Amino acid sequence: MARTIASRFRTISLGAALAGAALAAALPGTALAQRDPAYAAARAAGQVGEKADGYLGYVTTPSPALRAVIEDINIKRKAVYADKAKAKGATVEEYALTSGCLLVAQTTPGEKYQAPDGSWQTRTGAPPMRDPRCP
Amino acid sequence: MRSSELTLPARSAKRSSMDERIDGIRGRIGQRLLRVLPLVGATVMTALLSGCISVKAPDKPIVIELNINIKQEVVYKLAADAGSTIEKNPEIF
Repeated sequence: MARTIASRFRTISLGAALAGAALAAALPGTALAQRDPAYAAARAAGQVGEKADGYLGYVTTPSPALRAVIEDINIKRKAVYADKAKAKGATVEEYALTSGCLLVAQTTPGEKYQAPDGSWQTRTGAPPMRDPRCP
Repeated sequence: MRSSELTLPARSAKRSSMDERIDGIRGRIGQRLLRVLPLVGATVMTALLSGCISVKAPDKPIVIELNINIKQEVVYKLAADAGSTIEKNPEIF
């Protein structure tokens, strides 16, 4: 009896682990696939990075075309933040800052992010420098 | 003998430069005294008060600290929702 429960538990945990791994593998893939190619390229090249306030920023002076793409994304981000913040009874800035915390944490090694002091940092394997209020 | 000799001699209509200088010094001392007086009063009051109640100002502004605490609380509350928002809108994140 004890053995069957243990084996069943093992099967369940194995299944959960597999599902989790599949999810983790699928998510960044879909995210990359759906990003604007110009944005994805600029992000990979370190021309744009995640700011602490929840928006994208320019690490180097962007071309007018890239600026247009990034501004468009930032406007869409703000619209989403505003919508969700209203639903949660929070301010846009609060929601954006919270998202900024997560987005900085989600950067992959080599990508740029903004430290709390405003400086641009290249993400390494180590945890990024974030606002002390970040969860 | 005239008694007027014994009283103060009448001042001349024209003030000597010495008189003006003395008046000037007096005026300055008076002004300085007036300026110092509230300070003296405050010092005396402080000395009296320190005997019974000691009022210590906080090192950091309390309001700002509270603000940070509230914000951090809000950030923690919003984190889960913000996470799902990011996942659901991969094209802009």
